[in-house]
Amino acid sequence: MALTKQLISKNCGKIKPESIDGYIQSGGYEGLKKALTMQPKEIIAEVKAAKLLGRGGAAYPVGAKWEHLLEIPHSPKFIVCNADEGEPGTFKDKILLSQDPLRVIEGMTIAAHVFGSHDAYIYIRGEYLAIQKVFQQAIDNAIAEGYLGNRILGTDFTFNIHITSGAGAYVCGENSALLNSIEGKPGYPRIKPPHLAEVGLFSMPTLVNNVESFATIPTIVLDGGNQYANYGTADSGGTKLICLSGLVVNQGVYEIPFGITLRDIIYNPEIGGGIANGKKLKFFHLGGQSGPCGIPEQLDTPYCYAALRSAGLSVGSGAVVILDESVCVVDYLKGVTEFFIHESCGKCTPCREGNQKVYAILCKLSDGTATTQDFKLLKRLITTMTAASFCGLGQSATIALATCLKHFSAEIEDHLHKKCPAGVCFQEQERAAI
Amino acid sequence: MHKELTNEQVLKIIKANGNSKERLLSILLEIQKASGHNSVDEAWAKIVAQELHLPLTKVYNVLTFYAMFSTKHRGKYVIEICKSTPCKVTKSDEIVQMFEEELGINISETTPDNLFTLMHTGCVGACDIGPVAKIGERIYGNLTKEKISNIVSLYRKGDTNGINQAANF
Ligand SMILES: Cc1cc2nc3c(=O)[nH]c(=O)nc-3n(C[C@H](O)[C@H](O)[C@H](O)COP(=O)(O)O)c2cc1C
Ligand code: SF4
Ligand code: FES
Repeated sequence: MALTKQLISKNCGKIKPESIDGYIQSGGYEGLKKALTMQPKEIIAEVKAAKLLGRGGAAYPVGAKWEHLLEIPHSPKFIVCNADEGEPGTFKDKILLSQDPLRVIEGMTIAAHVFGSHDAYIYIRGEYLAIQKVFQQAIDNAIAEGYLGNRILGTDFTFNIHITSGAGAYVCGENSALLNSIEGKPGYPRIKPPHLAEVGLFSMPTLVNNVESFATIPTIVLDGGNQYANYGTADSGGTKLICLSGLVVNQGVYEIPFGITLRDIIYNPEIGGGIANGKKLKFFHLGGQSGPCGIPEQLDTPYCYAALRSAGLSVGSGAVVILDESVCVVDYLKGVTEFFIHESCGKCTPCREGNQKVYAILCKLSDGTATTQDFKLLKRLITTMTAASFCGLGQSATIALATCLKHFSAEIEDHLHKKCPAGVCFQEQERAAI
Repeated sequence: MHKELTNEQVLKIIKANGNSKERLLSILLEIQKASGHNSVDEAWAKIVAQELHLPLTKVYNVLTFYAMFSTKHRGKYVIEICKSTPCKVTKSDEIVQMFEEELGINISETTPDNLFTLMHTGCVGACDIGPVAKIGERIYGNLTKEKISNIVSLYRKGDTNGINQAANF
């Protein structure tokens, strides 16, 4: 039996992305038509039954978020789609945006019907400039055919979607920073509360969801929440787009039902197809740079929110990066930390200075000058940054480091004695000694 | 060499976007793209500030916050090599070296003819075809020495067809 599923990804690569005809022929806009006959509360009940957890990384239940926003009396309410996709190793929203943009648009339109919204913003990262054009074309075509804009499908429902471009800042994926950026400001995260559902875009009540979350809505409305949920496990409804990269045979995006094992994902010929170049798996990094690392002993863990969490792992954005025996853990973590140094917005000290300090110690480990004192400091930095950083970036910047310290303490401590089991560090010193 | 953007052209970009404050990023991105040197000059930033009724410091806040902006002149083509870990483990360091040799400059430098600037970047969302370089709107993946020589020569010749064909998207 096939391991992968084609619910959300069924049109990808198969239809002309921006064409309404192609989309309709493959069943598109049936979800919206059905939604327009339903009450907002009924739609939210389906989303709750679907057990859809936010696909952007934080896994917040979408149904509960929608229910909360519905109760807020102020209007207008804004719909915002987070298409910043900045987590390294993540490229699944790109597939939806470029190969089936109308599904994302349909999902946003259903949300607008639920909340009586007239305007939505989709914040697409600046690196996806070419995709922004495809998406704009899809919007224009939807307006021309009466699926968007004034008097949608002959009703008195009017709704428009505006594209905002990012300009290269990972922190703008954080939902409050995203709203600041849409408002034309630097993307510093906001202090919460107030919750964005109360004081969001232009200080109005706002819904922020990820691209994949919105793309799932038409399927949930059309097939019913229960049917969608049944594809997954008891806690994790439905399917997930995962992104395989690194040293694996079949890199790419796959739609999997929750509940198959990490072993299936990495080794099954239909998905990962095993480790590249006949090498051995050393570890895997889940959910982006801000996610945890796991080891071969954990391969039988089912890929779903609850099981991964109890194993100290997580779904995050859906990134699955495969690392083989040639990769040195210390060297890898240097790469991870460099990313956070570059992307820290500098607003708070634990993150701005902490990442620098972590990097400095990792460098000392890799050039053989680290001491046991440094090693202890590393652990303290993890605690401080996790507890005291202002936003999710700083709070999660050391998750990979913390999990690697647990799984690879021997390898990391070897570096205190100028030994690098993977043979990556100290190369130059060794050459100099010869 | 490249033609400079005139003040009239800057005003035109602002007009096409509308002068509301939320258009600031888009306006600056367009100005930078049209500049010919991949950067935003102070004179233009001043015009934008005036037209959007913003203090100049607010415009500079944005120009310095976002990685895609530069206030220093760069090459006509900015070549950005992804160094996030999925590309790092598929050997992006070697790709940087190959570009350095091909262009005769170091990372973060611009060629004397102002055609290329070589830079690092974070993940550009093409991790399945690492190692990856982004040049303007285009992405080039699964890079090898031959591919790099070919890409650089296509850009030197200004062969738009070839440039598009060689790109992954
Ligand atoms: C530093 C940081 C970066 C983030 N980047 C993204 C992103 O690129 N895309 C995304 O959808 N969510 C991102 N998130 C999560 C968002 O804050 C938010 O949870 C999400 O957009 C909500 O949508 P969802 O519930 O549908 O996932 C990021 C969070 C943090 C703290
Ligand atoms: S944790 Fe980092 S990214 Fe978040 S506000 Fe603090 S400095 Fe900025
Ligand atoms: S890590 Fe290089 S493109 Fe994503």
